[in-house]
Amino acid sequence: MKIYEYQAKEIFRNYNIPTSKEKIAFSLDEAKSVAKNLTFPIVVKAQVLVGGRGKAGGVKIAKDINELESHVKSILGMNIKGLTVKKVLLAETIKIEAEYYVGITIDREKQSAVLISSASGGMDIEQVAQTSPEKILTIVIPSFLGLKPFQSRNVGYQLFNDANLVNNFISITTNLTRIFFDLDCSLVEINPLALYSVNNEKKLIAVDAKIVFDDNALFKHPDMAALRDIESEEPSEVQAKKADLSYVKLDGDVGCVVNGAGLAMATMDLIKRHGGNPANFLDIGGSSSPEKMRAAMKILTADKNVKAVLVNIFGGITRCDDVAQGLLWAMKEENIALPIVARLVGTNQDKAKALLTDSPITFAETMTDGVKKVIKALKG
Amino acid sequence: MAILINENTKLVVQGITGRDGSFHTQQMMEYGTKVVAGVTPGKGGSDVNGVPVFNTVRQAKEETYANSSIIFVPAQFAPDAIYEAVDAEIDLIVCIAEGIPTLEMVKILTFLKGKKTRLVGPNSAGIISPGLCKVGILPALAFKKGKVGVVSRSGTLTYEIASHITKAGYGESTVIGIGGDPIIGTNFVDCLQLFQADKQTEAIVIIGEIGGTDEEKAADFIIKNMTKPVFGFIAGQTAPADKRMGHAGAIIAGGKGTAKEKIQAFEKAGITVIYEPEEITDKLSKVM
Repeated sequence: MKIYEYQAKEIFRNYNIPTSKEKIAFSLDEAKSVAKNLTFPIVVKAQVLVGGRGKAGGVKIAKDINELESHVKSILGMNIKGLTVKKVLLAETIKIEAEYYVGITIDREKQSAVLISSASGGMDIEQVAQTSPEKILTIVIPSFLGLKPFQSRNVGYQLFNDANLVNNFISITTNLTRIFFDLDCSLVEINPLALYSVNNEKKLIAVDAKIVFDDNALFKHPDMAALRDIESEEPSEVQAKKADLSYVKLDGDVGCVVNGAGLAMATMDLIKRHGGNPANFLDIGGSSSPEKMRAAMKILTADKNVKAVLVNIFGGITRCDDVAQGLLWAMKEENIALPIVARLVGTNQDKAKALLTDSPITFAETMTDGVKKVIKALKG
Repeated sequence: MAILINENTKLVVQGITGRDGSFHTQQMMEYGTKVVAGVTPGKGGSDVNGVPVFNTVRQAKEETYANSSIIFVPAQFAPDAIYEAVDAEIDLIVCIAEGIPTLEMVKILTFLKGKKTRLVGPNSAGIISPGLCKVGILPALAFKKGKVGVVSRSGTLTYEIASHITKAGYGESTVIGIGGDPIIGTNFVDCLQLFQADKQTEAIVIIGEIGGTDEEKAADFIIKNMTKPVFGFIAGQTAPADKRMGHAGAIIAGGKGTAKEKIQAFEKAGITVIYEPEEITDKLSKVM
């Protein structure tokens, strides 16, 4: 689960990581009153749960209240990658002398949390990682010990030639690690971590902040779980989550209902391979009660792009006759008239076939057969 | 011969009195698995389908000589269940539970270093050595004793592909679901090593999916160490690329983890790549 920059910054401040002087505003009026307590120039930053807001024009600097007004007006309500901006963060600017990157995440290969740092922070860090991987410094964080100061010091002296800055860096990375472990994160990131001067003293400050929580651990952190912004999520995906279904909306026209994530992905691949376009990823999970089947069909067919549906079930624990019954029930209750192809194999497959014999549902023998039939149904 | 589990496997079921635990205990016993004990704290002294229930894994092991464990407890209790089985020196733990926090798994793997226990999973469908033993939730009907070793990150997709191998008459030596989580106890390379050494196994099928670099590592291992023919399938070629984490995730991957790269790595290692599950039959017929 992602949270907004201003929420992440609040967590940063609670953990003594320095951030700019800043405040959130939900409207123009609020922004104007917030600005009274800040010193210009002020940066107006769109708060959205996707990256790339800078390139989309969602970050602008205002040198006076008039500019601020026009920036806030243009940014509030702006659409960035499908999300509407509903709040802006107003922050005092600093004179940035250099931009660094620091982040903590899980490295699957090393099976550990790792601290990643780079002297090439800023917007293009992903590209730096691809083109000049030597500029990315990675340290494995020992799971039971946490990050040790000497580890940060080793990295710190590669990034800075100033003992004070290195100490700054140690404090920031140590606190960042505490956030990561205390709150069960999958990512904490400062990009850029900016170098600036106050009274001839050089300091580091978090100009941006990103925190992603491990969904599986949210039960341990109800106060963090409460930060979830359901409005920013795809409504159909929210509905699916409530019904205990795993659903991702795509832009094709063949709806898919499958049990198991791997089989669901393989079904999408096969549709594409045979010239179709999957409309979604949908995993109904292990047990498929008729209620789940109905919820799945309802969510799928609410997507007006969907012109045909393929049901692909390998029944182990899942009984095929249950799926068939749920499917017939869903069609009746939800008035579904789209062509449906069902491929149901495994436990009780014969019963399922018998159930569907006198229905408008087309029965398929294999996955490939099912995919071919649904594409044929689509092309009429 | 098969790998990991066989007729000598003596299984303790952690979470035996739960809905899934009791149902699958019965299924495993019907398949012929020697389920010797169950553990549910507070229910010691009772029994499930004639299997004695203990309060702790240690007690269960002392009384029944259990050497393997399967974990059905809910995710929030599963890490403790794993630690308990490791502490009791169980040889093999198969963790079916899904939804364990990633950082818990990081700690568990650190704890496991230097211990004699092997962990398979979490979020695993389990293991089956057809005709001998089943430790998991895999449906028996998809499998038959034979010569193909199968290792997979997924559940139903494994049943799908294995059912074609079964139907064609080749059968399987052992089928392992290593689990779909980012951090798991046993990976592709571990299983390849075991299959290479297993006399019953004549060919191996790897079923991978997008994310991580386990498939790439498997490909490297195959180039250096495998003489048996290997077949590969990768799910997720059409999965959207933007469903990934922020910068740090992408940095670690260094652009790796896509289906395309995994398929390339497989081809470079001489693995026969299959693109549709039913193709496996045809491809196997060329070497068997």
